[in-house]
Amino acid sequence: MRQLMTGNYAASYAVKYAGVQVIAAYPITPQTQIVEKLSEMCAAGELKARYINVESEHSAMAACIGASSTGARVFTATSSQGLAYMHELLHWASRARLPVVMTNVNRAMAPGWNVWADQNDSLSQRDTGWMQIYCKSAQEVFDSILMAYKISEKVLLPTMINYDAFFTSHTEEPVDIPDAEKVRDFLPGLRRGRIMDVDDPCAFGTLVAQDTYTEFQYKIQESMQDAKKVITETCAEFKSIFNREYALTEEYKMSDADEVIIATSTMFETASVAVDELRKKGSKTGALRIRYFRPFPSEDIIRALSGKKRALVLDRNISFGAQGIFCQEVLAAAGGKGNMPAISGVVLGLGGR
Amino acid sequence: MKMTIPREELMTKGHTGCQGCGAMLAMRYALKALGKNTMIVIPACCWVVAIGPFPYSALEVPVFASAFACAASTAAGIKAGLEMQGKREINVVAWAGDGGTFDIGLQSLSAAAERNEDIFYFCYDNEAYMNTGRQRSSATPYGAWTMTTPKDSTKNEFKKDIDAIMAAHKIPYMATLSISEPEDFIRKVRKGMGIKGMKFFHILSPCPSGWLSDPSDSVKIARYAVETNIFPLYEVENGEKYIINKKIARKKPVSDYLKLQGRYRYLNESQIKTIQEAADKNWRSLLKKEEFPDT
Ligand SMILES: Cc1ncc(C[n+]2csc(CCOP(=O)(O)OP(=O)(O)O)c2C)c(N)n1
Ligand SMILES: [Mg+2]
Repeated sequence: MRQLMTGNYAASYAVKYAGVQVIAAYPITPQTQIVEKLSEMCAAGELKARYINVESEHSAMAACIGASSTGARVFTATSSQGLAYMHELLHWASRARLPVVMTNVNRAMAPGWNVWADQNDSLSQRDTGWMQIYCKSAQEVFDSILMAYKISEKVLLPTMINYDAFFTSHTEEPVDIPDAEKVRDFLPGLRRGRIMDVDDPCAFGTLVAQDTYTEFQYKIQESMQDAKKVITETCAEFKSIFNREYALTEEYKMSDADEVIIATSTMFETASVAVDELRKKGSKTGALRIRYFRPFPSEDIIRALSGKKRALVLDRNISFGAQGIFCQEVLAAAGGKGNMPAISGVVLGLGGR
Repeated sequence: MKMTIPREELMTKGHTGCQGCGAMLAMRYALKALGKNTMIVIPACCWVVAIGPFPYSALEVPVFASAFACAASTAAGIKAGLEMQGKREINVVAWAGDGGTFDIGLQSLSAAAERNEDIFYFCYDNEAYMNTGRQRSSATPYGAWTMTTPKDSTKNEFKKDIDAIMAAHKIPYMATLSISEPEDFIRKVRKGMGIKGMKFFHILSPCPSGWLSDPSDSVKIARYAVETNIFPLYEVENGEKYIINKKIARKKPVSDYLKLQGRYRYLNESQIKTIQEAADKNWRSLLKKEEFPDT
């Protein structure tokens, strides 16, 4: 059924369809609508979940971590300052190997209060061990949440689904909401494996010495690498059921292109329009979207850029003292590889500009 | 006399607590009361270390190590996760030190209390940040030495009244517990098991390394704390009904308690008098609360 809805409501509906059991969240613009809607769904009994009205984002993630450790499916949503406030527990969720799923509406960091689109919030959490997706539409938000549970529960690492403040969070778009039954087939009940269980008492997250600690970190890195395969398989299965296609990256008119615009989230939509305009003027331009930021799809990016003349990375974020973060990552992936284009970057669109 | 303390041990040998650690006894008694159907969250504190190194555990119930500030919210999450899977009868426990309760964890504790989460929150109070090497917390008493309230500058403020703070949340049940009174300890935890909603337990927990006391004196120090009215034993129902569990006919002077502990070695007479007066005043106010619950 196609319905007109904002990215935020698309997120709320996806959480309902995913059969989430525990939600713990704290309000922040422009995310608040997601959790208001979920709280309404829980109150109406439409969603059979426990909604915990925590006092902070730190506690929101702590409650999600606790609930997830018992094997329950959990959700939270935040943005900007709230995500920063969670930082300690982002590390906790991934290192505890818990499949927590969260949406983060990309919003600028203060001071200078600004609620508009900016990616510095989530990119500052790059090294917390979360898988990160950047969505371009409300439909993609919905679909990515369903897939994220499946992927996270296999890989045993959490997923953060990011999308632009207002451009996606508050803009109504047609969203195809599938049959609940089809979703259940795609995303059945609970995960197995080590959980908190009185019949099999274990200690989780206690003291570890240097050797064991390193082994645990190695395992996380290995899982992140393996996640690429799991993501690709999950996207294929999703397509076979729902007929919508996703991957680690997305390409637009890339096959004959000799110059490439690389962008993320809604900026990719604008870039695609620019591609059409430039092509009318005779240039051979294509666009490449980085959809997954972690794990970073280096292989796909290198394949897409191979043989191109030049590439321009658009970054709605900045690593002060360096440059745009996606540009840095693309340069790192391309470094030492043959047949790569000249890569440069621009920082633009900060604070929704 | 028939002993009421269960024989079952859910805390094993091999924990890494120091000799004479009050918190080790406290856990042992708490688990005797709670039984096997229990899960524990432990934030950063001595006790998370005392569990022992991976892959071992000195506890025969599931334990989840949480970040420092969020024992209560993590426990609330565990309870919610269990309830949503139909596992309603499990005792979910947050077990934190005074730092994790009075200071960095107070926000999440207060919120869990306000939501009346159906969990048990135990604070073993050794009156300083012991795991990081004995620094002052807001639970450190007036006049005590710590590494950050050194000689010439011992603590000049009184201990934060966490019990009054918790009572003000009107939680269904709270009690103070002492390792010197195991029967009273276990009885009150058992009473909490019959009550739905937030249960808060405050245990004074002698720490020989931090209190500079003889490890063999720990139980005695805990008993003196009760017998001097430094740490009275009582319960509060719904934040208003106070029940004092032990009224001492001939209470000891606080100096009996203080002089067993090297952390008080810099006290002068006037400071000891201040501590005595504070203990007396606190006791009178407790008696009043018991007698006139509406005031
Ligand atoms: C956010 C954060 N800050 C600081 C620490 C360091 N730290 C670990 S345990 C601890 C003190 C704990 O004190 P308390 O809660 O009283 O327990 P105790 O060690 O005395 O048993 C501190 C400061 C930490 N783990 N996390
Ligand atoms: Mg302490």
